[in-house]
Amino acid sequence: MSEDLFELGGRKFNSRLLSGTGKFADDSIIPAVCEASGSEIITVALRRVDLESKTDNVINFIPKHMQLLPNTSGARTADEAVRIARLARAMGCGDWIKIEVISDNKYLLPDGYETAKATEILAKEGFIVLPYVNADLYIARSLVDAGAAAVMPLGSPIGTNRGLQTREMVRILIEEISLPIIVDAGIGRPSEACEAMEMGADACLVNTAIATACDPVTMAKAFGRAVKAGREAYLSGPGAKHRQAMASSPLTGFLSED
Amino acid sequence: MIVILNGERTEINNNTSVLALLDSKQIAADTVVVELNKEIIPSDTFCNTMLNDGDHLEVLRFVGGG
Repeated sequence: MSEDLFELGGRKFNSRLLSGTGKFADDSIIPAVCEASGSEIITVALRRVDLESKTDNVINFIPKHMQLLPNTSGARTADEAVRIARLARAMGCGDWIKIEVISDNKYLLPDGYETAKATEILAKEGFIVLPYVNADLYIARSLVDAGAAAVMPLGSPIGTNRGLQTREMVRILIEEISLPIIVDAGIGRPSEACEAMEMGADACLVNTAIATACDPVTMAKAFGRAVKAGREAYLSGPGAKHRQAMASSPLTGFLSED
Repeated sequence: MIVILNGERTEINNNTSVLALLDSKQIAADTVVVELNKEIIPSDTFCNTMLNDGDHLEVLRFVGGG
């Protein structure tokens, strides 16, 4: 098989697993997690400095070769997402931004309309915009028109580890949308990431499933392998399904034949 | 005078720069981004950006997130 690089935002990556940095019991494990997963793109969030308790800067734990992908978590409107994106860029960490616009606190479902508005503004400002959205064809098409670099549909609500509940809608996005499809949110098991990749997703973003595993480093390794296996399966072209048995061995030349 | 720092009323001396305020809070200037009255302040101007009574400052940094 020829080299299969993941092209995104004008860069080429070996890995199709994007990692998050939230929820780790101790951020000092992040370098080992990154190495085990092979991930080359990693998300961070932007928050007010806590003036009372000094905490380590998460950037200190991120390997230098990795592409930083700040998110706009905390934004409830397009304007807030744009504001956060500009602040993130002012940190001097590049032009990549994952748009999250969420005002629903129970299921943390993304607001597609506000997300598309923010995407359009930021894409025009030169950002590499990766919007997190529901697995919805019309929203995805609006993101294409808005200048997104990829579409990031959820597998299930953020942090639920419930897997690829949106698989049919994700499948439609893979079929109909020309941009890379990165399944984000809800993936809880390596097998679920593998399934998304087998379906033809271009990449998966995983945070909670790794960060909350009893052994995050080993889980990161498992996810890295699963994403790669799923991608190879997709590229291999799985065989057809049949309702009835189809013999694997020849049906002639038995010992009992005269 | 009083400024609003990350949502908290904070008393500071007159003629305080953004950099001086960060120093007084033991915040390393190269690890944060600062917004003053909703305008991003370039880090190379922290030292000569002076604060005024009633200013709103947001001082942010990257944290873990997905």
